Order: sequence, then structure tokens, then C-alpha cells
Amino acid sequence: MLMKTKPTERELKVVGSSPVRPDGVPKVTGAAQYGADYALPGMLWASILRSPHAHATIRSIDLSKAQALPGVKCVIIGSDLPEQKFEYVGPERVAVNYWHMTRNVLAREKVLYEGHALAAVAATTQAIAEAALRLIEVDYEVLPHVIDVDEAMKPDAPLLFSDMLTRGVEPAPSRPSNISKRVEFKIGSLDSGFASADEVVEMSFKTAPVHQGYIEPHACLARFGADGQAELWSSSQGHFVVRAYTAKLLGMAIGDLLVHPAEIGGGFGGKTVVYVEPIAALLSRKTGHPVKIMMSREDVFRATGPTSGSSMTVKLGVKKDGTIVAADGLFKFQAGAFPSSPVMNATLCAFAPYAIQNVRAVGFDVVSNRPKVAAYRAPGSPISAFAVESVLDVLAAKIGMDPLTLRLKNAVHTGSPTVQGAPHTHDGFAETIQALVDHPGYRAPLGKNQGRGVASGFWFNGGGESSATVHINEDGSVSLATGSMDVGGSRASMALMAAETLGVPYDKVRSIVADTASIGYNHVTGGSRVTFATGIAVVDACNKIIESLRLRAALMWKVDVDKVIWEYGYARVRDSSIGDFEPLSLKAIAAQRALTGGPIATEAAVNATGQAPGFSTQFCDVEVDPETGAVKILRYVAAQDVGRAIHRRYVEGQIHGGVVQGIGWALNEEYIYNQQGRLANAGFLDYRIPVASDLPMIEAVIVEVPNPNHPFGVKGAGEVSIVPAMAAIANAIADAVGRRMTELPMSPPKVLAAIDSP
Amino acid sequence: MPKHHVTTTINGDAREFLCDTQQTLLTVLRDELGMTGTKEGCGTGDCGACSVTLDGRLVCACLVLGVEAQGKAIQTIEGMAQGESLHVLQRKFLEHAALQCGICTPGFLIAARSLLERNPDPTEEEVRFWLAGNLCRCTGYNKIIEAVLDAARELRSTTPC
Amino acid sequence: MMQSCWIYFSKPLSYASTQVPPHEKDGEMSEVRYEMPTTAEAAVALLAVATGPAKVLSGGTDLIIQMRSGQHTPSLLVDVKNIAEMTSISAVNGCYLVGAAVACMRLTEDAAFAKTWPGVVDAVNLVGSVQVRGRATIGGNVCNASPAADSVPAMIAAGAIANILGPAGRRQVPVELIAAGPGKTSLAKGEMVTSFTLPQRAPRSGDAYLRFTPRSEMDIAVVGVGINLTLDDSGVCTHARVSLGAVAARALLVPAAAAALIGTRVDAAALERLAAAASAAAQPIDDKRGTKEFRIKVSGVLAKRAATIALARAMGNH
Repeated sequence: MLMKTKPTERELKVVGSSPVRPDGVPKVTGAAQYGADYALPGMLWASILRSPHAHATIRSIDLSKAQALPGVKCVIIGSDLPEQKFEYVGPERVAVNYWHMTRNVLAREKVLYEGHALAAVAATTQAIAEAALRLIEVDYEVLPHVIDVDEAMKPDAPLLFSDMLTRGVEPAPSRPSNISKRVEFKIGSLDSGFASADEVVEMSFKTAPVHQGYIEPHACLARFGADGQAELWSSSQGHFVVRAYTAKLLGMAIGDLLVHPAEIGGGFGGKTVVYVEPIAALLSRKTGHPVKIMMSREDVFRATGPTSGSSMTVKLGVKKDGTIVAADGLFKFQAGAFPSSPVMNATLCAFAPYAIQNVRAVGFDVVSNRPKVAAYRAPGSPISAFAVESVLDVLAAKIGMDPLTLRLKNAVHTGSPTVQGAPHTHDGFAETIQALVDHPGYRAPLGKNQGRGVASGFWFNGGGESSATVHINEDGSVSLATGSMDVGGSRASMALMAAETLGVPYDKVRSIVADTASIGYNHVTGGSRVTFATGIAVVDACNKIIESLRLRAALMWKVDVDKVIWEYGYARVRDSSIGDFEPLSLKAIAAQRALTGGPIATEAAVNATGQAPGFSTQFCDVEVDPETGAVKILRYVAAQDVGRAIHRRYVEGQIHGGVVQGIGWALNEEYIYNQQGRLANAGFLDYRIPVASDLPMIEAVIVEVPNPNHPFGVKGAGEVSIVPAMAAIANAIADAVGRRMTELPMSPPKVLAAIDSP
Repeated sequence: MPKHHVTTTINGDAREFLCDTQQTLLTVLRDELGMTGTKEGCGTGDCGACSVTLDGRLVCACLVLGVEAQGKAIQTIEGMAQGESLHVLQRKFLEHAALQCGICTPGFLIAARSLLERNPDPTEEEVRFWLAGNLCRCTGYNKIIEAVLDAARELRSTTPC
Repeated sequence: MMQSCWIYFSKPLSYASTQVPPHEKDGEMSEVRYEMPTTAEAAVALLAVATGPAKVLSGGTDLIIQMRSGQHTPSLLVDVKNIAEMTSISAVNGCYLVGAAVACMRLTEDAAFAKTWPGVVDAVNLVGSVQVRGRATIGGNVCNASPAADSVPAMIAAGAIANILGPAGRRQVPVELIAAGPGKTSLAKGEMVTSFTLPQRAPRSGDAYLRFTPRSEMDIAVVGVGINLTLDDSGVCTHARVSLGAVAARALLVPAAAAALIGTRVDAAALERLAAAASAAAQPIDDKRGTKEFRIKVSGVLAKRAATIALARAMGNH
């Protein structure tokens, strides 16, 4: 279903269609190469030793027996990597600290979670490398551990860092704690806001950590030469970031490392960081052989970053007419073993869809003994939305207002306030709500033990650095390259935007992802930025090429360049008074290129700004089995403003995928730790992501309120679809059985206990 | 102990390889024979990314030992297309955008083909339950199911009675 | 979240690799011997004289995972899939003889067997995924002795007998006596289950298996219930067997639950008594798959539902 709210300025020929993607045939025939699919002659296999303890000091490590095992070529530990300065660098919301990063890759003084890497072996076979791990003798002093965020914040909690003083608190505390940071955003006056409310609800919530759940474990192949130059083939969401982090951690010049973008088997944020790449690179340097690493599924769960578990309290006040007059949120997020969690995102997103004058959002970033969190699809926002959208639902019931009506009444639009200060600059939220109001399913009757729930969500989306090159080949076909890893079909979207701009058929444009040496910097494929920012770079490059094509046509026709236009894939004279010139195709111009200036090629590099946020509103019908607490999803409708859908089917796919991840998060997914702080469910058997038979067809409603800052009106579409899902389901369960679930996941034992309680 | 010398047929071609007892068919395919189309997602039979057929039977290659393939016929994703012609399931996956990252796709294609060979007219529910052993994290399964049902429709309409 | 685990379910702390790791002896790596005998006697002979740990390789869907994690480190694998008596399905006078190494998918595709024992087929159809069922076998499912194994409660309810061959010869044992605890069987060294005998079906009989899992497929049972009953001409239950899985160290045969059905028309009151007896018999633990309270409650709920299906099947079979 497609909804346009503004007329298009020009008729689009290819944008909005759903052609086959350039990497499609390789992916359906098994020819596409992912990180684990590469091999080089003389390759060694590496395995990584991981801590069995949740928290321990490393007193000593004896590598001698491992090093002596025939077939072992090298064993490394944390101190084989150069030390890094302790400092937070980059914008606050996404700051990085290399002192932490190198220790997450290989531990030094302490191991801070079960699964924490502390040594690595390269050997001639995988089996020998594994056997060598068992010969490494580590003397641990096991320390008390803490995992839960509320427990970690207690004054007597075991400390991960004896010198951690909470940032963001004035004056700074004198005693160390596990609280890495406090953030606060505030506008208006909470006291007067709540005083003017007719109904006030305050509730607390807890959520368990969940993993991105990509099916492909992390893998890479590294080849380091004796001249200090290296190559990496790596599955990641950003090979430029992999290059930067790996070079930094190894103490090498960025230009000496070339990273090839292997195909990626899912990331969702979890592959925007490095785990195995610095280890493989260092082992390759020391051994002089290529080194391959593939993480096992167990290691992916034990040692790569899930998202935060949380503890939250949200208070909202509304008037009888539905106006939200005040909002107060406290968000405590696990960061895992090292700072930072996405709690700052959570504080900024929690109330962002609603125009509220009096808001306070406070966040705590708390370390605890489990893997360092990594980004997971709109990081932080789904968690705070679970709380806020649940409270909103309770309030809607209290004032007897339909939940969509309540949201429409308070929906932000251009000019609405935000808790950060600068007002909203885009519309789109109200349109997603309206799409559901108008949806025939929203008023469909429900049966016994069935219920319907509504929720909305917000995500900033992203801009940033992207580069693109366009070459017109000798026969007039077009080669397009960007540096944006393709997680879900973006090569096709880039080709569509290029084809549209140049006025040529989609099949004339071949779109690739170039390696780090072949194109300018591209930031990660994440933050819903690629179709927006890299799309801008692609269109920029195409426009530059068009300038060049006009110039060459002018030379070929011996007229002034301002007499030449480019239209529908041809150079034409501006009007017939100039003369009778046959329009020139790309092929014709390319054939004469040597006479008109040489190769027809250009690159565009941008730091894109002007991105518009993503808004999603969803409703969900569930049926609850009152005797077992099992929840079945009967129907799910998700409306999302995407600005403009470049490749319609892949946009739908993003919406489907985010919703289903949210369903898993809501109903079954969680990290389960035992008394020793060890993960009890480190596999797909007991870390339960949705399977095909759990689900109905998910209905994606594409709403298009174009973003004027993008040539085609694009707003990022990849993330916001997950944000409302858990609250939508909690609200549906409340509607079905009259019980409010405040903890995630809402697994059958919990739902049954809620039903059975008075 | 010497390795096992195993002879099999893979995608219709006679192939042989050496393996230790403990090596699974998955590691043999990927690391000994260089056939990396079959993917490892978990190594424990929970995700279906390594689906192949063994004497026509849909299995996880990570749950079969290389030595157990002796004398058997294996079909992998690399054998699904015939020269330049894609199998109808492959075509439908592309048309329906039933893949995003594509890592689960080989497993789904092998599993779906196995289903349609047995049941040319499955309901949506039958498709979902047959494919429950194949995990996908990107698509939410929507377009995969649509592609399989559409492929079934086309196969039924072109199969001579 | 702190939850205790049955030792059985937690994997030992090794760093699982993409292939099964060879175990070492004195820093050397020893390999695993593989044999594929063609008779059960030859298989038993190999198992009986093995000096190191030896394992039967049936479907391999549990064993290969256990070797990968280091939970089992056999030095000998005896592949039984080439043994005729272990891979055949036959019926004599309505009595089914199912080889222990028959793959689950193959058993469920046997139309005659599915008609006679739909409950057993329900259960076998829930083992893993289609891919897993392409290899997994009932023999493996029973002898792996997971307390949650899906085929076991249905086989127990059916009154199945395990046919065992060992160095001392052949013997028969009801299936409920095979498992001795999580991961342990009552089999002696060198013994192996070769096949299962299911008794002849009386008219007006029906069986059913239900399990509770958080997802619709792919999960290990949190609770499993197998019920088999027979009615007389007037619709009164004359015979019943009730078995519970995943709620004790091994699958339970619950005579008290059966007693709640015998002599009744399996009406609402009888179902309530059945549920109470099932819940009372459950001795579950808390683990990562379910809490004690949940398992106790759901045992009763599923017992009622399974009995209802078994009743409908019995009434349909004259």
C-alpha cells in the first residue's frame, strides 16, 4: 500500500520499482562470498581463548605448551597489541575509547565477562588451533561479578573498574562505581506540568539484553606483508571503520591497510565494530601467512555485543482532552563490560514523537559483567519506547480515548519542541497514525482472548560521510561504485537513483561496493543513512557526469555548452533554433571521449546533512492462551514514513524484518545467566528468534512524506520499524487478558503468572 | 590413523575427498572441496543455513559426518541452477526480494525445493512449518513465503499432466 | 537473571569449533575410529570390546553436537545405518516392528504406521526441524535419554518395548525403563537397542502427543504429554497409558493419571482428575526453558488436551 501526501514534481521512471538486485544471482546460487568464504594459499586458521569466568584478574598466562604444539605458528595475548590512550573521542552520542576497545578485543589486566577474549592461536589447521587453546594455562583470580543493571548500580556492587568516576555529574563523585555516565535533558517545568494533569501514571519496567541475531558469525581473512602493507576481507557494516579501528589497534597507518568488503550475512548494528579483525591482522603480521578466523555461534553469543538490558521508570501526565502535559523518564542501561550503552539515544528518543512542553529524561550508562553492548537497530529507542508507549496506553484507557487518537492529538510536526532544544524540522508522524486510522483492519472485530495493541516510535536516522564514483564505459554502460556495504539491497537503490538521474534504464547501470583503496571514505551502513547520504553522493556524482557529458556534446556539435541540455538519457540542443542535431546517447558520447577530454569519470564525496527522522506507528492483534500464557500473533500492520521508497520491495522488507525482530524481543528473546555469570543459552536452540511458523504475514504500509533535503525525498527506512513492536504487543496482551506486562520478554511463564495472579 | 577416502556424487558429478572421522559434511564441502555456497550459521542444526539433500533427503550438513556421505548423492545450492537457467525458486526469490543479506538463502532454496518435490501445492501454513528449520533474521519470512508459494504456482502451471 | 541448569543441558566450557575437535592424549591428537558393520551382532561385538569410549552412530543429530562441544569424546563410532534389522519397518499381525535407526521423516511418511499410531507420529514430527528429522532416529532419541525427548512419552504411552542386543544375547525392556537419568541409560556395556515393538492395536484405540514450547517449532519441549487409550463398545475407557516428558529426570509413566481415565467416558470431570494427577506426578526443576510452577500447571493443561485428541481418535476407530 502506497500513500502519497504530496504530488511528485516529476514523473519517476525507475525509482519506486522493484528490479532484481546486482548481487542477486550470486546470492541465490551460492557464489556470493561472505567473510568466511575466502581462502588464500598458505592460510593459517586462528582460534581465540575466552574467559570461563564472568569477572577475574589475570594473574599469569603460560603459553609455552601451546606454542610447542606441532602446527602452531603463533600465540598472542593482549599486551602484543600496542597500548592505547584512555580518552573518549568523537561526538558524544557515539564516542569511542580505544583504551576500552583494545581490551575488549584482547583482555589485559582483567577478564570482564564470560567469553572475554584473552589469547589467540594461529595454526595450520582449525583443529590444531583449538587443541592449542586447551594447552594455554591461565591463572585467574576469580572475582565477584554483577550483571543486572540495578544490582550493578548499588554502592556495594563489585566494581569492574576501580577508578570509574561517573561522568556527567557535578561535582564529580569521590567514590568509584559502575556508573560510567549520567545524561540529562530537560525542558519546561515538570512540577507545573504534572500539576496541570488530570491523570498521571508512573510505572517501572525491566528488559533483558537481546542479541542482533544475525545468522552469519563474524569472520575475516587477513594477509599482512613483510613490507607492512595488509589486506583484510571482512564481513562488516563498514569496511572503512574496520580499516580505521584495525589500523589504530595495530598502530599502523590507515593507508597501509586495504579492506575488501565481503558480503555480510546480517549486522543490524552488531557488525559496526571489530572483534576478530585486529587479531587476524596481528597473527598474520607475526606469522607472515594469511590468517582466517571464523567465530562459532556460541562465541557470537558469549562475546559479541548484544543490546542493553534495562531498568526504567516513566511518568506521564495527560489532560482529559488527551494533551500530554508532562513526561519524566529514568533510563538505566547496561553497557556491558565497557562503556557505552545507547542510553543517550534512549533519553532523546523516548518522548520525541510527542509535542510535550515539560520533559525530563535522565539516563545512566552502567557497566556490568557481560559482553560490551553493540548497536542494535535504532539502538536505545526500542527500549525506551517499550516503557513510554506502554504508559501511554494505560493513560489512553484511563481517559477513555482511542490510542491512535491520543497519539494524533500530540503528534509532533515541523516546529514542535524536542527535549534537546532544537525543534523538529520534518513532518510525517501524523501521517503514519492516520494510515492506521484509515486501515480497515484497525476496526476488525476480535474474539475471545484476543486483543489489539498500538504503539509508535521514533528514530533520528543519519547523514554523514559518503563517496560515490560514476564511470561511463566505452560502450556507454555505466559503472557506479560506492563505499557503503550492502546489507539489504542498497546496490540496487544506488543503481535506481543513478539510472533515474542519468535518464537511462536500470540495467545500464552496474553498481558495486568498492574497497577502501578504490573510493573515498564512507561511514558505516547503519543509522539508516545509506539511501539518504550515499544516495546524495551518487546523485551528486551523476550530476557532475551530466555536466561533463553536456560539455563533450557541445564540443562534438561545436556549440556553446549552455545550448546543450541532458534529458532522458540523451544530450539534446536546448531548442531547435540552434540547429538540427541528432540527440547523443551515452554510447555515442563515450565513443568520442578521447577527442573530447578522455575518460568520462567522476567522484563525489559528501558529508550529508538534512536527514529526516523515521516515524513508525503499528498495531498488532494477538491471541493469548489463558492456560499456558502462549501468545500468538494474529495480525501485524506497520505504517512507516520513508520519505520516498526507492526500491519498494526492499523498503517493505526492512519494515517486515524490524517488526519480526521486535516480536522476538517482545516474546522470547533474552540472555539467561547462571549463578556463575555464565550464559546458559548461547545458541539458536535456546536463544529463541522467531521461526517462520510463529508468524503471520506482516503488512507494511509505506507512507511517503518526502524529505526536501534529498534529491528523491528519501528518509532512512532501515531501523524505526523495530521501535514500537514490544509495546504494541504488550498493549495487545493487556487488551486480550487485562494484564499489563512490564518485563521483557513476555514469555509464557511470565504471562501465565500474570493471568493467574489476582 | 589415515583419513577416510570417501567417494560421493555431488550435484550429479562424481567427487571424492579425504576426511577425518570428526569432520562434518559441512566442513568437507566448504574447506576441502571449496564449495562455500552452503553456509555455517550455528554448527548445531538449529538454523538450517547448511541445508543440503542427501539421497534426496533434506538434512543439515553440520549434522552429517563426511564419512557418512560415502556412496551417497548430495545436492547443494551450487547445483540448483542449470547452466544459465535459474531454478524457478531462485528466480522467484529474486523477483519477490525474498533475500536481504542472503546468508540464509541457499538453505531456504534447498529446503523449499525439497518441499515442492514432495508437495507441489502446499498451503501457506505448510510452507511455514516445513521451513521452520531455516532461520532468517532479515526478512521476517514474508517475502520468502510469497516466493515459495509463487514458485509452486508456476511449477504447477507448467508441469505437464 | 540467574537460573540454574540441569547439568545435562549446559555445554561444557570448550570453544566449539566448526568441526568436532579431536581429543588429545599426552599432547598428541588421537583420531576417532569409524566402523560400519552390516549386522547387529557385529556392532555389539565392536562395542563390547572397545577399550576407549564407544558410541553408536544412528542419526547423529545429538551425538555430533555433543562431540563438537566435547561433552562426549568417543574413540570409536559404530555406524548402524547399514544394518537391516535396525533400518526396517514391518508389521506382523498388526504389531509394528520399527528399527531403532529408522529416520524420523521416514517413519512419519509410512502411511500405515501413521494411521495406526498417529500420536507417535505427532511426537516424532516434533523432533527438531525437517532437516533434523531427515537424520534423527527414535533409537537415538530414546537412548540419548534427554528428559525432554519428544518421541519418548508417546512411545511409553503406546506401550512400546525396546529390543536390546548385547554380549549376553537379546532381551526386551519397556521403553520407560531405558532412560536412567539425564543422558544415562540402563543399557550395559556393549548393549544396543536394535528395534522397538509396538503392540497390536485394539479397536477403538487412539493416541496423542502434545508438548509445550515457547515457539511453534524448533524448541525443546518444556512439557510433553503422551496419552494412549482404548474404549469399549459403549465408549467407556478400558485401558489407558499416560506419560509425561520434560518434568522429571526421565520421562514418567503415570499410572495414577491413567487411573483417572479408566472406567470413565473421558468426560470433563475425568479430565480434571487426569489434569490433577498429571500435575501431581510432575517433578520438574527450574531451568532456562521453564519454571517449576509453569511445568506443573501446564502438565495438567496438556494432559487434558491430549486426552481429548486421543478420545476423538479412539471414537473414530472402530
